Amino acid sequence: MPIFIDRRLNPKDKSLGNRQRFLKRAREELKRSIREQIRSGRIADADAEHAVPMPERGTGEPSFNNARNSGRRQHILPGNRHFSPGDLIPKPGQGGGAGASSPGNTASEDDFRFVLSREEVLDLFFEDLELPDMVKLNLKEILAFKPRRAGFAATGSPTNINVGRTMRNSHGRRIALRRPKQAELDAILQEIATLELVPSSAAARQRIAALREELDRLERRRRRIAYVDPVDIRFNRFDPQPVPNANAVMFCLMDVSGSMGEREKDLAKRFFVLLHLFLKRRYDRIEIVFIRHTHLAQEVDEETFFYNTQSGGTVVSTALEEMHRIIEERYPAREWNIYAAQASDGDNFAGDSERCKALLNGKLMRLCQYFAYVEIIDEREAHIFRTTENGTSLWRAYSEIDLRWPNFQMSRIATPADIYPVFRHLFGRQPAPLKRA
Amino acid sequence: MARPASKSSLLFSGSDWDFKTLSRAYDAIEAIAVEELHLDTYPVQMEIISSQQMLDAYSSVGMPLMYRHWSFGKHFLYQDLLYRKGGRGLAYELVINSNPCIVYLMEENTMALQALVTAHAALGHNHFFKNNQLFKQWTDAGAILGYLDFAKGYIARCEERHGLTAVEAVLDSAHALMAQGVFRYHRPPKLSSERQREGLRERLEYEERSYNDLWRTLPPSQQRVSDKEQEPERKKSLNLPEENLLYFLEKNSLVLEPWQREIIRIVRVIAQYFYPQGQTQVMNEGCATFVHYTLMNMLFDRGLISEGAMLEILRNHSNVVFQPAFDDPRFSGINPYALGLDMMQDIQRMSTEPTAEDRDWFPDIAGHGNWREILLDAWADHRDESFIRQYLSPTLIRKWRFFVLGDVADQPHCQVASIHNERGYDKIRAALAHSYDVGANRPDIQVMDVDLLGDRHLRLQHKVNDGILLEDASRDATLRHIRRLWGYEVSLAAVDAETGATIHERSTSQITE
Repeated sequence: MPIFIDRRLNPKDKSLGNRQRFLKRAREELKRSIREQIRSGRIADADAEHAVPMPERGTGEPSFNNARNSGRRQHILPGNRHFSPGDLIPKPGQGGGAGASSPGNTASEDDFRFVLSREEVLDLFFEDLELPDMVKLNLKEILAFKPRRAGFAATGSPTNINVGRTMRNSHGRRIALRRPKQAELDAILQEIATLELVPSSAAARQRIAALREELDRLERRRRRIAYVDPVDIRFNRFDPQPVPNANAVMFCLMDVSGSMGEREKDLAKRFFVLLHLFLKRRYDRIEIVFIRHTHLAQEVDEETFFYNTQSGGTVVSTALEEMHRIIEERYPAREWNIYAAQASDGDNFAGDSERCKALLNGKLMRLCQYFAYVEIIDEREAHIFRTTENGTSLWRAYSEIDLRWPNFQMSRIATPADIYPVFRHLFGRQPAPLKRA
Repeated sequence: MARPASKSSLLFSGSDWDFKTLSRAYDAIEAIAVEELHLDTYPVQMEIISSQQMLDAYSSVGMPLMYRHWSFGKHFLYQDLLYRKGGRGLAYELVINSNPCIVYLMEENTMALQALVTAHAALGHNHFFKNNQLFKQWTDAGAILGYLDFAKGYIARCEERHGLTAVEAVLDSAHALMAQGVFRYHRPPKLSSERQREGLRERLEYEERSYNDLWRTLPPSQQRVSDKEQEPERKKSLNLPEENLLYFLEKNSLVLEPWQREIIRIVRVIAQYFYPQGQTQVMNEGCATFVHYTLMNMLFDRGLISEGAMLEILRNHSNVVFQPAFDDPRFSGINPYALGLDMMQDIQRMSTEPTAEDRDWFPDIAGHGNWREILLDAWADHRDESFIRQYLSPTLIRKWRFFVLGDVADQPHCQVASIHNERGYDKIRAALAHSYDVGANRPDIQVMDVDLLGDRHLRLQHKVNDGILLEDASRDATLRHIRRLWGYEVSLAAVDAETGATIHERSTSQITE
């Protein structure tokens, strides 16, 4: 007889270590494709699994191979129907060289797409955003659950035994099955003892025999009916309850006039993605509203928001007005947590900045949980501008708002690493990750 | 065929299996195998695994234990993808040449399939592993699991001590040379026990510690002989030419540290372990297929398997031995299961019902009567190449309608050289046998010379047979790996095997990153 071993219950993912080593090796390339996908995909999709092509660099496994297109060789093939020695058969395709044998199946091992998990995607995405570790952990947490009592169950782990319930069941069963009590036994023993003290008579001997029989019967019955039986045992049951979350709406405001190029839009998009990730962790339902503006503002879908250019001047206040209108219409501040993220290159129509300030101070900041503004600047200007308070009229106007409202954040960004500090305040407000069950 | 197929005599019924049924089936199959086919096997250890675990096993070259390396992760991703897309089913079983012989069974298999797989792997492959000359001589079934365990632990310790990147670099380079890391012509030394290896490592470490640079400053004891005179001496002391590149680098590289040598040795031992498997595909699969087919039919004839189960078994069997013709879109080379089974059944046929032609071609076998004995001998003594050269009969060549296609690289046409006729039998047989000769088909690369006292330039030679050169890109990449292990310049000369003329030479100094 052979030895049998059931391996099915062994820990899974024996090759997980190999997979991680592989991902580490291909990191740069994978990062590039993830960035590409996030750039071209929807904001809400960043937070999911992604399929990526097999990286070409760094994952080759070379060895000495015979070149297919050199030398003389012989192929031995089955299934000859009409060939005779000396027949010439044209080769399929130029440089194939392999006669009739099918080419190609061997090369495909280096050319396929595979799926990265959500965690791996976020790791790659976070890499040059320079997020603090705790924030990363925070964002990767999917949903917070809290165990909540949910009645009793007949099965469970010993630590969760509910003693009160169990004993109550046991008690009821013992009464119903008429399990003899210890007191009854003691009484009989007592009686036997007293009878045995006096000199024996026939009646007394008979009585003792009857009592002993009764005692024996009771003891057997006690053995048969357990004090606590497995059917009595009850366990506390816990249900993982999601921590109550509410709705949030996220407004993405962006200047789409000609001065916003590819680089600026890419940075803006990452800015929006990061805010979305944050909100997604915290709220059950998130809606995203895209408002683009030139000298006119309009609500658009995501595709249009990022890829359509529009010519025109720049009047920022139109976007704020549009946002206000939409809030009034669809997202009453009592029911919705309102977040706004605005990206711009700082240009604004002369005199409009004052109006923006008035709008924010007067209406919007009261409604918003949080308002983040980024001004995307050229990398070459970064070191000049980052320190000075001077800037465009819009920057100066917003600076005043920044001083007045704690839930307003603004920053100039030139590289992806600059984005996180904008949200530091937001992430810092609730530093502890929500506890899991 | 009238059979008393009473319900009670069946080994199993229905498609569900449990361990008791598996065990009963194994015992019945083994009894018949020993009694009727005279098989001789290692004890068997059957392991039930899930599809996920089968994928894991695939990616670590089928071994139950393996050290960690990114390339296994890559293979896993690939296999996983194929499997999930439904592009490829998984094997029903996997068998490991070890003692005890480990057989993986998939949990999804039906009981009929488990019986089939038991006969195929636990008896067929197992018998072949235990008795074939090649496996007996070149691999050590008893020690391999222990060795892999050691290898895994050792590499993990190296990773801790020297860092992942450093270990990966050595492994990458060693993997690139795996095909050149085997002894093809002489028997490899037996795997030494853990204690001996430990001693060796300690000695190396001691040497390292007690190295004294002063010795180098001693004046040379004799006059320096000229380079030309030294050459034969040098080659002799280094055992050159050497075909096992990994062995040479492990022993003679000037830049490797002891742990790096040990890692190269691990890769080399594993390559050597798998070397016979590549040479006995047709025989190994043929043997296993012949055994399962014969045993299943015997069980059926004795009324131990129901008709329904037998139908399922036959359906799976015919899927396994399916061989499309060369012009069929499904054609992807010769199916070793089909060729092996056909040849073995042909031997069975010739020994019991020979034709005049068989008597002519195989006087020893034809009419011999005892096919069991002939097959047992063939399984024990041959590898694919010699087996085909010896036993491929004209009957089979006609049945398969084999033909030989000559293919010269720079011509627009292939020419049909031989077909299944009187003049062609011998040639087809020789050509087919040759195509299974692993030694002849792998690039023949040897270490020719190295001047350890001079510039330490390592000279390799590629013997070019039939004008078949190496692929440029992979050759350069592999040379870079050799350079990494050797530490100094490495060059590879392509030399025509017939004329001895050097076709071209490639050196690592010509290769830019």
